[in-house]
Amino acid sequence: MASVTINGEARMLDGPDDTVLLWALRDMAGLTGTKYGCGAGLCGACTVHVDGKAEKSCMMTVGDVAGKAVTTIEGLSADGDHPVQVAWREMHVPQCGFCQTGQIMQAASLLAENPKPTDREILDGMADNICRCGCYERIVSAVRLASTGV
Amino acid sequence: MLHMMEKAFLGSPVREAAKLAFANVSRRRFLQGSAAGFAVAAFATTAEGFARYKTGGDAMSNGLRYDPHIFVSIDADGTVTIVAHRSEMGTGSRTSLPMVLADEMGADWGMVKIVQAEGDEEKYGNQDTDGSRSMRHHIQSMRQMGASVRHMLANAAAEMWGVDASSVSVGVHEVTGGGRKAGFGELAEAAMKQPVPEFEALSFRDESEFRYIGKGNIGITDLHDITTGKAVYGADVMLPGMKVAAVARPPVVGAEAKSYDASAAMAVPGVEHVVPLPASIMPAKFAPLGGVAVVASNTDAAIKGRDALEIQWGDSPHGGYTSESYMEEMRATAKQPGQVFRAEGDAAAAFAGAAKTFAQEYSQAHMAHAMMEPPVAVASVADGKCEIWAPVQSPFGARGDVAAALEMEVADVRVNVTLLGGGFGRKSKCDFVIEAAMLSKKLGMPVKVQWTREDDIRHSFYHTASVERIEVALDGDNKVTGWRHNSVAPSILSTFAPDSGHQFFIESGMGHVDIPFEIPNLSVENGKAMAHTRIGWFRSVSNIPRAWAVQSFASELAAELGRDDLEVMLELIGSDRKLDPPKQGFPENFWDYGEVYDEYPIDTMRLKNVLRLAAEKGGWGKQMPAGEGLGLAVHRSFVTYVATCAHVKIVDGKITVPEMHMVVDCGFAANPERIRSQMEGSAVQGMTIALYSGVTFEDGAAVQSNYHDYQMVRSDNFPEKVHTHIVPHPFSVHASGVGEPGVPPVAPAIANAIFHATGKRIRDLPMGDTV
Repeated sequence: MASVTINGEARMLDGPDDTVLLWALRDMAGLTGTKYGCGAGLCGACTVHVDGKAEKSCMMTVGDVAGKAVTTIEGLSADGDHPVQVAWREMHVPQCGFCQTGQIMQAASLLAENPKPTDREILDGMADNICRCGCYERIVSAVRLASTGV
Repeated sequence: MLHMMEKAFLGSPVREAAKLAFANVSRRRFLQGSAAGFAVAAFATTAEGFARYKTGGDAMSNGLRYDPHIFVSIDADGTVTIVAHRSEMGTGSRTSLPMVLADEMGADWGMVKIVQAEGDEEKYGNQDTDGSRSMRHHIQSMRQMGASVRHMLANAAAEMWGVDASSVSVGVHEVTGGGRKAGFGELAEAAMKQPVPEFEALSFRDESEFRYIGKGNIGITDLHDITTGKAVYGADVMLPGMKVAAVARPPVVGAEAKSYDASAAMAVPGVEHVVPLPASIMPAKFAPLGGVAVVASNTDAAIKGRDALEIQWGDSPHGGYTSESYMEEMRATAKQPGQVFRAEGDAAAAFAGAAKTFAQEYSQAHMAHAMMEPPVAVASVADGKCEIWAPVQSPFGARGDVAAALEMEVADVRVNVTLLGGGFGRKSKCDFVIEAAMLSKKLGMPVKVQWTREDDIRHSFYHTASVERIEVALDGDNKVTGWRHNSVAPSILSTFAPDSGHQFFIESGMGHVDIPFEIPNLSVENGKAMAHTRIGWFRSVSNIPRAWAVQSFASELAAELGRDDLEVMLELIGSDRKLDPPKQGFPENFWDYGEVYDEYPIDTMRLKNVLRLAAEKGGWGKQMPAGEGLGLAVHRSFVTYVATCAHVKIVDGKITVPEMHMVVDCGFAANPERIRSQMEGSAVQGMTIALYSGVTFEDGAAVQSNYHDYQMVRSDNFPEKVHTHIVPHPFSVHASGVGEPGVPPVAPAIANAIFHATGKRIRDLPMGDTV
């Protein structure tokens, strides 16, 4: 059992400390916006923020985040109006949509650390996140839009 | 017109194909479905502003529906609810089909709500979402239902106001006439009580009046939910009392768990049950593979428990399946004469009399679909009924298969369709749904079966592995006089019927017998290859290896003759014409994607047009810097024409694709915005296929397991700028689909570009990311 701040709210997560954070978020906290794609830190579908930094929740345990602040897609903004989310809709990025919450969390973290990334920095900064439908060009455009407003 | 259509359909090749397509459909359904379909064609082909044409939609199981009461309802507040009856896996059909209906009806898109149909083909007509068929088969019925509701609204208003219907007009979400005005909501109740007009009595909107159709100006309906994490995919379904299962499946198809030790699994906190599942042997259709299931209170415990199982697997007849030796066997087979599927002219004589011959072989490894959402399903079996929530491409098919597996009536099974986190053909096969249903029945509680990525890649219904050998005969003027194409690949049919080792008409219709080249002597052959794993369809199916071989070969032939790729490709296609299958030696059961051939003929003019456009847009012929090259490819699949011009740049030995032009001719373009997204996605998936997609087998088991050894193209190296060019057509040029046709030309265009950049010819897929 661990005490974790999730989306600004103090929560107790039941179960062993070695429970994979992704499954604790989904099955125990009921936050299903964070997705399972590989379980091995290879695809980024499960990306969340831990103390403000993008992490793959399939590679962390509940014990790892005890006392820390976890933000999921549900807590990224109040009404889905984070600049990255707005840009995502503006560029009509998603196809199937499954990887998109992880992509958005990765992009939000990227821009928090580097508000005006170069194109190369965007391409490299998003490379941990796979989109099997192949929305990369629009993902890059949306990150650019969120960073510059153009 | 009517007689021509009747003749086209009842004429031999199409009729044979249709008969085969009907083979699995019960007679009762055949009569219902086809009678309804034929009735439409037989009694009405035109209404005001609309010339109906025949599609293969009528011949699909359970056919099409035209009754607006099934698809549309209007609330008193004006909300228009439209049913999406096809599964949404990323193509946008859940938005685009209701959009067609809404536009024809006069609805304001802001007032439209979309609800997903459960699996019920007797009600909704065919729901099997594959084959790039959603728009192709349903655009007409959507327009008809939209027009019907518009007339019903007008008639209701006319009655209410005591005026003639002709004086009433339907604007955007409102009806006016005789100086009065009423919103759709006010008229809803009376309108839906109006009789549904006959087709001939309808008037359709002129294309100039379209607000959404053909415009690409509306976003997908799930856009907000997807970007906020609220969209519901298979694994997001949570039921009270639900358990989660992970299954250890046999590494080799057909093997059984001889014995297992569950003690370590049971020791994992949260694990509650360990349940053996029966093995299936091929042909097993979509039956689960069997194995041992670990059922737990949460997903984490289920996976950990599954991984802690110790299992002794028995032998399987497929334990000797090893890719390296199997590919060598296929190469040897490809060099021998195969079973002749299409013979035109006299190929043997052409080769005997040739001044010179030229042959090459192209191969492709198995592929797994690896959609981002692995298979997952929730089932609740209670009180003799079963309810399913799952991301399935064929909800009614899944319903029937679950009913059969549980020995229940179809009526007692309900299938709710979630969003699909990608499908690509994998989610047409409902083995994962049956697993959940079997476990729920056995345990008497709701069960979710969650596949891991390793499960997905190791237990797929794999895209076939193939060797395609092409040989041409050339005369003294280097003109191609003979063509021999031997395709060797284990068949999808092996999953359904005892394996003959030969491909069936659907596979041979995908870029093999339908070769659109103007060569007087052709022999299209198929060599035997027995299947040793589950073979299934993967987005674009056999078109991938066929386009890979034929388009690479065309470029190689140009190099061999010291000529230009574009010139040789256009010359091979030849004059402007529509191919004449019966006269050109096509097999009697030739399959034109299930369509009436004369409605969707192989049109070389359209094929050459997209190729020429791709060359022009991509700057074909311009001088390229060292280490850079352009490559062309063109392919018709799913009755859509796509050409690609790829710009490859080799950077420190690494293959990069700075730019790609995709030219698509899909007839009338119903939703250009989603057509573009499909072409962009096809470019990316096509590059993944070219560089990385290979599942190999050793001793019967798949070697690869996750995204580290089954890699995907990522944002640090993908076709960075994809320019999509859509050939414009009026509605009268039948709309076709775009989910699959973008993929086949991409890999050969990349390989042809690599050749022009480096002089190196690649013939085997995947090629890796360096040269």
